[in-house]
Amino acid sequence: MTAALEVRSLNRSFGALHVTRDVNLTLERGARRALIGPNGAGKTTLINLITGVLKPSSGSIQLDGVDITTMSQAERARRGLARTFQINQLFRGLTVLENVCMVIAERDGHANNLWRPIGTRRVILEEALDHLDSLRLTEDALRLVRELPYGRQRLVEIAMALAQRPRVLLLDEPAAGVPSSESHLILDAVAALDPEIAVLIIEHDMDVVFRFAKAITVLVHGAVFTQGTPEEIQRDEKVREVYLGQEHHHG
Amino acid sequence: MSEAKSRSSAFIEARDRATDYLVRRHYLRWTEALPWLVAVACFFLFPNRMTFGSQVLIMIMFALSLDLILGYAGIVTLGHAAFFGIGAYTVALASLRLGWSEPISGLAAAGVIAACVGVVVGWFILRYRGLTLLMLTIAFAAMLQESGNLRSDLTGGYDGLPGLMFDPLLGTFQYDLYGHTNFWYALAALAVVFYFVRRLVYSPFGQTLTGIRENVRRMHAIGSPVHLRLVTVYAISAGIAGVAGALFTQTNAYVTLTVFDFDSSAKVMVMLILGGTGRLYGPFLGAAVYMVLEDYFSKMSPTFWQFGIGILLVLTVLFARRGLLGLAEDIGGMRWGGRAADAAPRRLVWKPEHWKALGASAFDGGVLGFLVGFAVNMGHAELMTAYVTGLPAQVAVFTLGGAAIGAGINAFYLLLTSRSAVEGQAS
Amino acid sequence: MPQFANIAVSILFDGLAYAMFLFITAVGLSVTMGLMGFVNLAHGAFAMAGGFIVVSLTRSYGIDFIPSLIIASVTIGLVSVRFEKRLYRRLYKSTDLEQVLLTIGLAFMAIAAFTYFYGPIPKSVPLPHWLEGDVNLGFRRFPTYRAFLIGLGTVLIAILWFVFEKTNIGAKIRAAVDNRRMAESVGINVDRLFTLTFAVGSGLAALGGGLAIQLFGLTPSFAVLYLVLFLIVVAVGGLGSLKGTLLAALVIGIIDTGGKYAFPVAGNLFIYAITALVLLIKPTGFYGRE
Repeated sequence: MTAALEVRSLNRSFGALHVTRDVNLTLERGARRALIGPNGAGKTTLINLITGVLKPSSGSIQLDGVDITTMSQAERARRGLARTFQINQLFRGLTVLENVCMVIAERDGHANNLWRPIGTRRVILEEALDHLDSLRLTEDALRLVRELPYGRQRLVEIAMALAQRPRVLLLDEPAAGVPSSESHLILDAVAALDPEIAVLIIEHDMDVVFRFAKAITVLVHGAVFTQGTPEEIQRDEKVREVYLGQEHHHG
Repeated sequence: MSEAKSRSSAFIEARDRATDYLVRRHYLRWTEALPWLVAVACFFLFPNRMTFGSQVLIMIMFALSLDLILGYAGIVTLGHAAFFGIGAYTVALASLRLGWSEPISGLAAAGVIAACVGVVVGWFILRYRGLTLLMLTIAFAAMLQESGNLRSDLTGGYDGLPGLMFDPLLGTFQYDLYGHTNFWYALAALAVVFYFVRRLVYSPFGQTLTGIRENVRRMHAIGSPVHLRLVTVYAISAGIAGVAGALFTQTNAYVTLTVFDFDSSAKVMVMLILGGTGRLYGPFLGAAVYMVLEDYFSKMSPTFWQFGIGILLVLTVLFARRGLLGLAEDIGGMRWGGRAADAAPRRLVWKPEHWKALGASAFDGGVLGFLVGFAVNMGHAELMTAYVTGLPAQVAVFTLGGAAIGAGINAFYLLLTSRSAVEGQAS
Repeated sequence: MPQFANIAVSILFDGLAYAMFLFITAVGLSVTMGLMGFVNLAHGAFAMAGGFIVVSLTRSYGIDFIPSLIIASVTIGLVSVRFEKRLYRRLYKSTDLEQVLLTIGLAFMAIAAFTYFYGPIPKSVPLPHWLEGDVNLGFRRFPTYRAFLIGLGTVLIAILWFVFEKTNIGAKIRAAVDNRRMAESVGINVDRLFTLTFAVGSGLAALGGGLAIQLFGLTPSFAVLYLVLFLIVVAVGGLGSLKGTLLAALVIGIIDTGGKYAFPVAGNLFIYAITALVLLIKPTGFYGRE
């Protein structure tokens, strides 16, 4: 069966700085893989390469067997690749509901319509509300995003990624910046993800990683240090060395 | 999802409220009739000023076109006069060279041609932002103007093409000396254009413009063809500007290359900012207020008018960033129709350190006044002196006056901009 | 000298003098925009104000031209610091549009004020004897004032180059232009740096304004008439780049002079065409950061 996402020999340099070294990564359908590594390992860079924010210096990326290496960000998103950002990228001046509706309209092609008002598309509204429901955001539907506490904004970020109905979902530190009182919301949301979606999650919090992941990739200095099941990684001495001096738990 | 449906009625109520809000978003509000009623009222109140009235309507349309690209999509350009000029010259040359003087079809043709140019230009330059885009738009309008001057045999150069003739509207309505026909013509054209713009703004496409303005990174990430969207709205905006320009030529029976002036692009931007960007009715208010003020003050004294615009701009940026409509909203707590993004009104708070700020600005004002006092007194041949004579007295007056003005401005600024932290942001 | 070569040399010479004026006036704008991203469209007004100070000092107080230039530059430099601290600082986090509007508003206010006090008739300055007439440079005679302008420009360029490339402060400025956040994290006080460069840049603009009087005559509208030109030089050269501003000034200065001589009807067409061409090919200008 074709993998949902396949990264082959991916390289990226900025001048003399080689930030991504010959990375190979495979996400099967329904994967739950965590990408970990010390700060500066190049995890977000890798996500940026996969989503198309950055162009690779060499290597290829395949989404469901289709080569997307030269495709634009938007094209990859239309083909079922969704991501969340490390720092929320939301439409802060719009309501939560409008944020999610924007995603759905884009996905279904309604966004190209210059004529019929948004309000007449009940189908979009209903689906958006369903997504909000599943993340317990319904009460906040009419609140402006910038008025929400950061933790709930993070949930909106996830809601938007889910509203894309992606086949591959890349989560960049979904719990980052969320106060511990609210982080369970994020974790529950991640745990409840559709089992069909292939998910790659960047995380520092090892509790989250070990609870969520079925496979782990360790990235160090831009290269894949090692890969394996959570048990293997936990037992691996070399991984612990690499993390020596690094905080294990997320503040 | 069934778990969601079995929850409390409060929850279902929240869902319904949310749905309701979006469904009703585009419904006409009674307040939206106001601008049109005012326009009609003006006809009966000021029947002698109807030529001026038509020009106001034309500027509203021009500002509306800029609002689409600047207010909604967030693209800063200073060359929109290019499309105004293209529209203006399309009908002029069509009438002169092709004998095509039917006005309504002329309007349509002008709009289409301007839009086509907009597609081509936009496709190239909308890849850029910031200073680069600004300079490209300025250069484009300027090049059109200079090229027009090269072919002044065609365009009449800066002297223009006077005495253009247009057929009566719909075959029956003749133009009259008082410009009454022109006024209704312009009003009708504005109404039609506005209808389309309003639909656009409330459509999903219009929403994506707001998305592009608010967070273009996110738009890319959700699969939005950003460049295509921008070129589309730029073309539409260019087309509307072209229609405004065509109306200009038709109502004035005259056109010159000054329609391409940088001044013109800047003026329409000021009008838009004044009224409030990203709102359907910002252009109405801004253009009307600006034109009326200009008409009154520039006749009195062009220098004074220029100073007035300057101060208007400074005050708008400092105190009324969301334009007059935004101010009205803050003061009245009301909501006006057709806004691109909501903003919550905020409350005032006076802090003790503001006194220090006041003192500093009084000092600045005083220093400036001091310098100005010297300037006024220096060079008797160069300068026109004021009422007070004698160097010490003059300098003292200016210093004190400067201090007072400085402190006053800062006080006003602080009063309006020190907000309580709703979510942590003071201006 | 053969006729054609003679004309070419004249154009080059005049263009060079024009380029020096452009460089001196625009370099401050380029560095401040590159450093802080602050769009200061009142820059032209600073130049204009400097010019009028020179006019008043020379005409009313009988101070010589050169000392007047110095006094005007220093005064405007100091005044601009107050502007920066009190007014501009509020808008560093604002959008480009707001900065444009505020500074243009200030420029309009300045123009109106100066029109009120000085009147709209173009002003001239009495030049010292040694700046009048022609100077013999061996193979040809050239207008002394323009030669002076070229000489002064060259000296200033040398000084600026030295400061930028060889001094500590210059290094800090270059670092901050390149990556402000990084510079701040290394301990560079970017705010103070900006105030300093802003003051120097505005002072240079005032100097340019004073020098321009003899070239174009001085009216209050100078502030916006030449503003677009300065913006072109800055955009085409690349924000924050000394080299870029110089190159752009040379290109614009010489081509404009030549163009206006060869095809006067075309007016400013060449300049705008160059601007569009350069920006479409390299959006950040000759030496701009990507």
